[in-house]
This record gives sequence, C-alpha cells and structure tokens, in this order.
Amino acid sequence: MAGRLDVRKTYKLYIGGAFPRSESGRSYAVADSRGRFLANASHASRKDARDAVVAARKAFDGWSGATAYNRGQVLYRVAELMEGRRDQFVEEVLAAEGGGRAKATAAVDAAIDRWVWYAGWTDKVAQVAGSANPVAGPYFNFSTPEPTGVVAALAPQSSSLLGLVSVVAPIVCVGNTVVVVTSADRPLPAVTLSEVLATSDVPGGVVNVLTGHAAELGPWLADHLDVNAIDLTGAAGDTDLAVDLEVRAAENTKRVLRSPAAEPDWTATPDGPRRILAFCETKTVWHPMGV
Amino acid sequence: MSSSAVAPFVAPDAIGDLAAATASDSALRRFLHGLPGVDQVGAEARAAGLATRSIKKDAKRWALDMIVAMTDLTTLEGADTPGKVRAMSAKAVQPEPGDPTCPSVAAVCVYPDLVAVAKRAVAGSSVAVASVATAFPSGRASLEVKLADVASAVDAGADEVDMVIDRGAFLAGRYSVVLEEIRAVKQACGRAHLKVILETGELATLDNVRRASWLAMAGGADFIKTSTGKAAQSATPPVTLVMLEAVRDFAEATGTVVGVKVAGGIRTSKEAVRYLVLVHETAGVEWLRPDRFRFGASSLLNDVLMQRAFQRTGRYHSADRVTLD
Repeated sequence: MAGRLDVRKTYKLYIGGAFPRSESGRSYAVADSRGRFLANASHASRKDARDAVVAARKAFDGWSGATAYNRGQVLYRVAELMEGRRDQFVEEVLAAEGGGRAKATAAVDAAIDRWVWYAGWTDKVAQVAGSANPVAGPYFNFSTPEPTGVVAALAPQSSSLLGLVSVVAPIVCVGNTVVVVTSADRPLPAVTLSEVLATSDVPGGVVNVLTGHAAELGPWLADHLDVNAIDLTGAAGDTDLAVDLEVRAAENTKRVLRSPAAEPDWTATPDGPRRILAFCETKTVWHPMGV
Repeated sequence: MSSSAVAPFVAPDAIGDLAAATASDSALRRFLHGLPGVDQVGAEARAAGLATRSIKKDAKRWALDMIVAMTDLTTLEGADTPGKVRAMSAKAVQPEPGDPTCPSVAAVCVYPDLVAVAKRAVAGSSVAVASVATAFPSGRASLEVKLADVASAVDAGADEVDMVIDRGAFLAGRYSVVLEEIRAVKQACGRAHLKVILETGELATLDNVRRASWLAMAGGADFIKTSTGKAAQSATPPVTLVMLEAVRDFAEATGTVVGVKVAGGIRTSKEAVRYLVLVHETAGVEWLRPDRFRFGASSLLNDVLMQRAFQRTGRYHSADRVTLD
C-alpha cells in the first residue's frame, strides 16, 4: 500500500487578519540551517507592504483605544496559545536556526515568557514613564506616554522567533500597530506566530507579518508617510541599508529605533521598558486646578 | 469578442421617431418595453472583465487628473453649514494648493439653500455649482413643490440641477407621468443643465435601468445619473455599463449627446479608474470629458489626491496630509 501523501503547508503573509499570498505571486525557497529545502514562503512586494500599512492604520484606533488592562489580557492570551503549540515552534526554530533542541526549546520558552512580560507592562508603563510635573501656576500638569501610531519593524535576521517577539511585543503593547518584515532566511516561525495571533484575541491588522527581504521592503516602509515610526533592528550589520532607511525616514520625521551594530542576545530579559518607550509620544496636559 | 456583451445594439431604425414614441401613454409604454432586454449575467461579466484592466504610468497619471476634473464635489448632509460649503468650495477650486498642475473639480453639489453660498465661494473659477432639487432624495412631493424647489436653486444661481425621478410612478408603469415631470423640470431649469437621477438601486432590474435612461433622455436630460447616494445600493459597474450604452445609442439615434454621472459609494481611485475604462470601452473616448462624464463624490477626491502625490513623489501618502471633510 502506498504511503499517505504529504500535506504540505503553504506559508502565506498575514495582513489585516487574513492570510493572503503575495500580490506579486512571488515565492522563495526557504532552507533549513544546513541548507536543505524546507518550504516555499511568500515573497512580499511593495504593494503587500502598502496593503499592510492600510490594515495597520485601520486597526490603530480600536487597538490604541482599548484599555491598557484589556491589551494586557489579550497579549497574555497570545502566550497561552503559543504554549499550546510549543512543540511545533520548537521544531520550526530548530529547523531554522539549528544549534540543538535544548537551545531551540529555551528560545521558544523565552519567547512565550516575553509576551507575558510585555503583557504586564501594558498598564504599568504610564506609571513608570508618566509624571506629574510641578509648574508655577494653578494647574495640574502631567505627562503620559501615548502610542506613536503605525510602526514598521524589521525583525532580527538570526533569532527567528524570540527576536521577532522581542521586537513586536513592545511595539503593540502600548497600543501601536505594526507591520513587521520577518527574517529573510528564517521566516517560517513568524508565519506560525501569525496563525497564533489570528486565533488569539489580537484584532486583525494590529500585527501584520510580511515574509521577504528587508532591503526590498524597508525603503517603501521608510518612505511611507503614513508610517509613524520604524524599528531598524533587522538591519543590524548592514550599515548602508540602515543609513539609507534613516535618511528616508526623515521625510516625515518618523521615530527611528536605530539598528544595533550586531544582533543582540535576546535570551536575557529586557532591562526595563526601553523598547516600549521608543515607540511612544509624550502627551502633556495642563489642567486648571479649579476652586 | 463583440464590443459589448450586453447589447443587441439599439439600432436607430428600431427607435423610429422619438417624438411619436413619446406622444401618448401607450406609445411610450410600447417604446420602452420594446427596448431590447438586458442580459444581466452578460453585463456583470463584461463589467467585471473590464475591471481587470491594468492602468499604469502615464495613463494612470492622466486618469487621476481626469478623475479630479470630472468630480462633482458633494455635500448633502442635514448638518451642512455655510462654513462647510465654503471650505469645500475652496478645495474644489484648488484641490491641492501645493501643486498648481492639479486641475479644479467640475462642480460642487449642494442643497438648494446653500447654492448662493457656494456660488460666491467659487466665483471667478471654472467650477460650476450644482444643486439637487425636486424633493431630493425621495422625490415624494407634488409637482408644484418640485418645480418651486428647482426655481429656488436656479434663482440662487445654480448652473446644474440634479433632479430625482418619481420611482413610485416609474415602477407602477406610469411612464408618461415621469416623462412630463422631467419635461417640466427641464423647462424650469432654463439655462441650467439638468441631471436626472434614476436611483438605480431602487429600480430592481437592468431592464428598468435601460428604460429609465431612455425615458430621461427623451424628457430632455443633459446628464443621466445613477443614484442619490442615499439609497442602500449606489452606482455599480453593470448599471453604469447599461447607462453608457443608452447614451451611446441615443446619440447614434438622435444626434443628441447626453452625459452620465455615477454617484455614491465610489471611494478609491482604483474604482474610479475602472469606471473610466468602462466609459472608454462602452460609450467611447468622446465621453472621457468632464462635460460628458462625472463622478459624484466626497471622499473619492482625497484618495485621488493621495494617489497623485504618490505618483509625483514615489512615497506612499498619508490621510493625515489631506483635508478632513
């Protein structure tokens, strides 16, 4: 008797809560850590990036308008659902990054914990970063961090899941929406994370995942006037690209989180809400004291 | 493939003498019901097929400018104020202040009581003032009231009048009532152009759309217009296809050129470009002019301006950089 036919998975993009193929019809072959063929992934084009920004903008009002407590609950649920798919994530991270099962398992565990960590920050960041300011007049004066808007992010190239979560979670936890370009050579765990997000309570459009090349999509996102901030972490080590994107981002004075010289070690717990605050605006209110 | 999947082309000799056809109630009915039936599936397939045309580069730039020049910038809300109409009129005259190559829109479209305000605001420009009238949007009033409505708009200086047909009478088969009403309004318009709104969303079938188009043109319409924008269903490509065929055939049969205005629900440049393709492939290139084809729209203009900016700068634009209206 013939063996069962393989049911191979089609890895697609994640835009506005749906899983479309690339508008361009392109795909590219993804290899595992030893160079063997793994799967074909969608090769996102500039029009996919454009559509993703539209979806992110549409989702922004709802997500930023949700209470911080509610956002925390929603992000915690992402961790719950990832936990349920833990084995799948471990296999995919192992295939993508190599380095042994123990290391892959540790990375997946850390990625799940990172969601929990940032879920906790949603309703605490205002206390830590906000302030009541003494002013010389009869006013209450206080400052609070507010989400910047639509953020484009280039995910780290090496750490396919933990690095991605470490970039995306701080952006969305404060109420931003994000268009993230995955690691070009290791995109598959990001697609599985999209499936988790699609079945969690995160509204469609809050996180949009494009598999493809940072050098191709980055300029369109950095140029885009409806993108309010850009995270260049994924351009680490490629100074020319990083500089080009920073110059382009200057046109509408985007907030830029500059790329590090080399990709950082993501396994360590972040030292405070630095990444969250990179994508916040400070709102200061002068309120008459009344009698 | 033939030039149109829908049409048994309505040949000039099939129409015969239009004056005779509209002379009596029974002749009018015979004429309208004698029009060839519309193949609904064919019309939908044809419209969908044309929607897949890809318009790029120079053609796209031309199309975007043409869409601006064809726009009737519209505000028809209960909450309209003179201030809002003035702001809209300023935008109509100069849609993109930073770019002198951007054309003005064709007209601003308001309720009759705001015509005078709009007229002052667009004075000295090429922008016309259009006013809805005849108990817009339902058209449910006596003829005297409707004519008074038209007179008030025309007296205030409206260059174009958008009337609604009496859909109740049309659907009940009282075609001559509708025809007489259009004729009376046309007379009341004087020198103002008359656009006749068929409200195709309430006409149920494409056969009715064809009949209403011919009826409106026989009554003296300068434009036939799809919808008020107030009904559940507004302009659709198949409906527009049928209307474009009607104006083409009418011009062939009588030599009189009538324009088409699509209104309601067109919000993106992409949709608007598809309508231009439809015009080009159905009525012909002669209809690709602001005096023969119009878009009744409010939010469409912002999207077109954003697309123009993208074509000019190569950067995707933001809604934060166009006016809120």
